[in-house]
Amino acid sequence: MSSKSLCVRLRQTRPIPLDCTLECAPGELLSLVGPSGSGKSTVLRCIAGLHRPRQGRVECSGTVWFAADQGLALPPQQRRIGMVFQNYSLLPHLSASDNVALGLEHLPAAARTATANEWLARVHLEGLEQRRPNQLSGGQQQRVALARALAREPQALLLDEPFSAVDQVTRRKLQQELARLRRELAIPIVLVTHDLDEARMLSDRMVLLHHGVSLQTGLPEDVMTRPANAAIARLVGLSNLFEGRIAAPCASGITSLESLGLHLEVAHNPGFAQGDKVSWVIPPEGILLHRRDRPARGDAENPVTGLVAECLAFGSYTQIVLLPEGGELPLSFSIPSHVAQRDGIAAGVAARVSLLSQAIHLMPPEKPE
Amino acid sequence: MDWSALALSLKLAFATTLLLLPLAVLLARPLAWSNFAGKGLVEALVALPLVLPPTVLGFYLLLAMGGNSTLGAVWHGLTGRTLVFSFDGLLLASLIFNLPFAVQPIQRAFDAVPREAREAAWCCGLSSWRTLWRVELPLAWPGLLSAIVLTFAHTLGEFGVVLMVGGNIADETRTVAISIYDRVQAFDEPGAASMSALLVAISFIAIASLNSLTRRIGKGGQETGHEF
Repeated sequence: MSSKSLCVRLRQTRPIPLDCTLECAPGELLSLVGPSGSGKSTVLRCIAGLHRPRQGRVECSGTVWFAADQGLALPPQQRRIGMVFQNYSLLPHLSASDNVALGLEHLPAAARTATANEWLARVHLEGLEQRRPNQLSGGQQQRVALARALAREPQALLLDEPFSAVDQVTRRKLQQELARLRRELAIPIVLVTHDLDEARMLSDRMVLLHHGVSLQTGLPEDVMTRPANAAIARLVGLSNLFEGRIAAPCASGITSLESLGLHLEVAHNPGFAQGDKVSWVIPPEGILLHRRDRPARGDAENPVTGLVAECLAFGSYTQIVLLPEGGELPLSFSIPSHVAQRDGIAAGVAARVSLLSQAIHLMPPEKPE
Repeated sequence: MDWSALALSLKLAFATTLLLLPLAVLLARPLAWSNFAGKGLVEALVALPLVLPPTVLGFYLLLAMGGNSTLGAVWHGLTGRTLVFSFDGLLLASLIFNLPFAVQPIQRAFDAVPREAREAAWCCGLSSWRTLWRVELPLAWPGLLSAIVLTFAHTLGEFGVVLMVGGNIADETRTVAISIYDRVQAFDEPGAASMSALLVAISFIAIASLNSLTRRIGKGGQETGHEF
């Protein structure tokens, strides 16, 4: 990690349990993901200096902001942070321009308004400088809050659920704007969100937090398709979670898995030996529906036949739940809705799928023998 | 009409309001936002003048400020004047019996300032002092306005404590309320009536303008004020 990174280590048992370690490099967007009440906002507040944990250390750009063992805790004013609050916390009695200028008190009074208006222009709010927050839409308020956070030229940008208070169309737009804006920012950015898709779309790496504990850190793709254990798999919404046993390795580069009454081929995983009990997941995108009229080459890979138990259309895609023959545990996946129509997929119909061996992910068993 | 009594009352009311307001802000802030040991005790002490008979409050103030008391002696040493039966003592008593009227509305107003508003200011780098000026007072000002009007009107109308501590000395401690009592005792009904009417008018105008002001703020999209 570079010296300009944000390094955070937090430990406490009360009032909210915390056991969290994270590092965020300059220019990196790290998302802090977890269900409501998992302590995400508390971690952010600890970084900002709004909450003082019992133990730990917070360091940014080579400056120690908090060190419990030295009794050091800088107040928020002395930590160069830009913070966007969940409800934006714009001051209702100040115009958009004055709200942004609040972060510019280090400049001479004459320069503040001009600089504030430049920041508003950067977030596409020209012409709205004199509006009060209650005269702005939710999306515009969020932009003012972002401009205010950045105006201070912070050493780290902290975003607390910045998209949760706006409608979905605005959310997509704001997310795209953040994705563009962040390329110009050479500071660590920490985004708190409960939305896994948002984290996957926006962040370089993610930290999964549960009950205040950082469970897994990594590329969003990795955390969400290759969770470290079954509990994490559930937290990231992987519903195709099963138990199985490693059968004899049948060929080099392949591990054989017995589960659901099937023999499955899995990309070789040297972490498990023959006879080991394992948990395994397959993300929905690792399940391929066979075309009934025209079998393709990939069809040979871990074929599973079953009955469609559920078929729910969500606009452009359709959610399928397949009950494999002889197994009780259902497989969930989605297919484009036009494919469902073309292939006549409906509840009660027999269907065949392939479980891609590369997508099957083995984990330690939930209940060890 | 006892014009000197009216002038004295107004002087006392202005001085009390001016001195008490900053004190009340300093006191109300921690009461609204911190949880310190003994907070309930402080709140009870602040509220005490609301429920105590003015004579009881006046009696203790008289004891505390008398020539034999430490406070009285220190004051005499510093200024050469006595506290009891003087304007100085009246002002001090007035500050104390007005505490709840100033502190409580301001405390309620600070309570209503969202925590995040202050935190946002801190995260912008504003010191605690700058946050008070830029964020807390502007958002809490309906409460401040209530405190000002209530303190002012209440000082004009206070009778018992003034009589106990100040007595009835023309141009020094004889306020309008005392003067009205004086007139009634002297069977000067027209004199009492005109001053009473004036006090009613002043109090009514003060509270009516407070209500209309706070309502206008409410329409401005901010928190609602304190109405009476």
